[in-house]
Amino acid sequence: MNKENLPRIVGFLCTWCSYTGADLAGTSRMKIPPTIKVIRVMCSGRIDPLFVLKAYLRGADGIMMMGCHPGDCHYQKGNYNARRRYVMLQSIFKTLGLDEDRISLWWVSASEAPRYAQVTNEFSEKIKQMGSNPLREEIFL
Amino acid sequence: MPKALKINKSVDEGIKELLEFLIQNEKIKGVFTLKKMNDEGAVSYSLITDLDELKEAVPLYPFMPVNAGKVLSAFSLQAATKERVAAVLRPCELRAFVELVKRVQGSLENILLISLTCGGVYTLKSLNNGNLAKQLPQYWEAVKKAEIDPDIRVTCRSCENFIPHLADMTVAAVGKKDIDNECVILLNSQKGEDFALNAPGSAITEEMETADTEKLKKLRVEQKEKLFDDFDKNGVGTKAFIKTFAACLGCHACSHACPICFCTLCDFDSKSCEYQPLSFVSELSQKGGLKVPPGNIFFHLGRMTHMAVSCISCGMCSDVCPVNIPVATVFTRVGDSLQKVLDYIPGRDVEEAVPSGTYKEEEFAEVGEQ
Repeated sequence: MNKENLPRIVGFLCTWCSYTGADLAGTSRMKIPPTIKVIRVMCSGRIDPLFVLKAYLRGADGIMMMGCHPGDCHYQKGNYNARRRYVMLQSIFKTLGLDEDRISLWWVSASEAPRYAQVTNEFSEKIKQMGSNPLREEIFL
Repeated sequence: MPKALKINKSVDEGIKELLEFLIQNEKIKGVFTLKKMNDEGAVSYSLITDLDELKEAVPLYPFMPVNAGKVLSAFSLQAATKERVAAVLRPCELRAFVELVKRVQGSLENILLISLTCGGVYTLKSLNNGNLAKQLPQYWEAVKKAEIDPDIRVTCRSCENFIPHLADMTVAAVGKKDIDNECVILLNSQKGEDFALNAPGSAITEEMETADTEKLKKLRVEQKEKLFDDFDKNGVGTKAFIKTFAACLGCHACSHACPICFCTLCDFDSKSCEYQPLSFVSELSQKGGLKVPPGNIFFHLGRMTHMAVSCISCGMCSDVCPVNIPVATVFTRVGDSLQKVLDYIPGRDVEEAVPSGTYKEEEFAEVGEQ
């Protein structure tokens, strides 16, 4: 496949669950799409909406926020905060008619390597269908 | 039915008489209110302790030079004010103040909150258009009839929260045909009643919400729906959003005027959002051009994630925008949808937590589980 046509997805993974899960998927030799660029954060609660916005405005085709399942957060409540921020971000995007589908949140635990492989593949496929982020061509932001 | 005070003077004089009484009887040390600054109609929020200076006060003047919530927070920031102060402010300013108190940026203690059923305010630009002498009677005529003055701020025209939530006293203005001769001040709380003890005027009972306020509310809701419909038709989509903010200078006046934007060091003024020479180079290497100064869209979207959920739709941001971007319309629209999603009304209750700083375990259970 032409490298230019591959979607570019930024993933923010919490270090305790999702990053470990991703690691396990790798060591288990599961097929993971080459489209996702992982940024490790200490907790999904650390994902400032501004990170997501910046990635989106700089032309990322998709953004995946990942964290521990509700109730399993290493810091007790970080993922609950992340969930609210995600919902608020989605609401803002919907109201303004921006591409809210390019931003997603997933709970992936440290043992859920198959789930990690599945959601990244699915999301990557979905973004491929959607085409590239129109903001990538937009110069004057 | 709440108790009320009826003073047989015009509303402007009546409220001043009450303030004078409060100062004279040492119930309060001073008043925080609008004061005339010159004969052309310029006003400024002022703290007044001197009775002579109080004569120059214009508490109900339909201008908002700065959102009073922001100023009240500034002088009750560290602790409650040492001396008791009465503050006359509009419902949206009161809501802004409550939002700031929730964010530990002020204290409600020792402040007697006097508000009014609000007919809106004019844009600050109309101070210079020379029409003021003509406009003011038109404004009060509209207030008496419980109608919308077409010249008030866009956000005021579509504001349905013109009845204050948490005021101790409320000056009844909307729909009061006789405001030139009588001033009705509702006492909404025990604190309000205590302060009004032995005050001039006669005690009556009066409803806060009347047929007239209902009528105005209906008109305002209609305007709001129209405003939102227009926005949803024309302002939606990436292209439209960029177009709306195309003229933005990046002066950040909207955030400086915003009562909810309280951060001493704004993220967008900080080093983290500063463009280093190398950032220009790296962005230019990917794109064929770059807006300078960059990052205006990021600023507006980012500010939205920070404060839109608490947006009280006062309209200061649109008013101070030097290039007339309808900032307040966009933020009101986004704020409204956020507030619906999170079931939140800014400034309704001091005890209610700010939505961006709290969560419920059981909410949005479907998110992230697909």
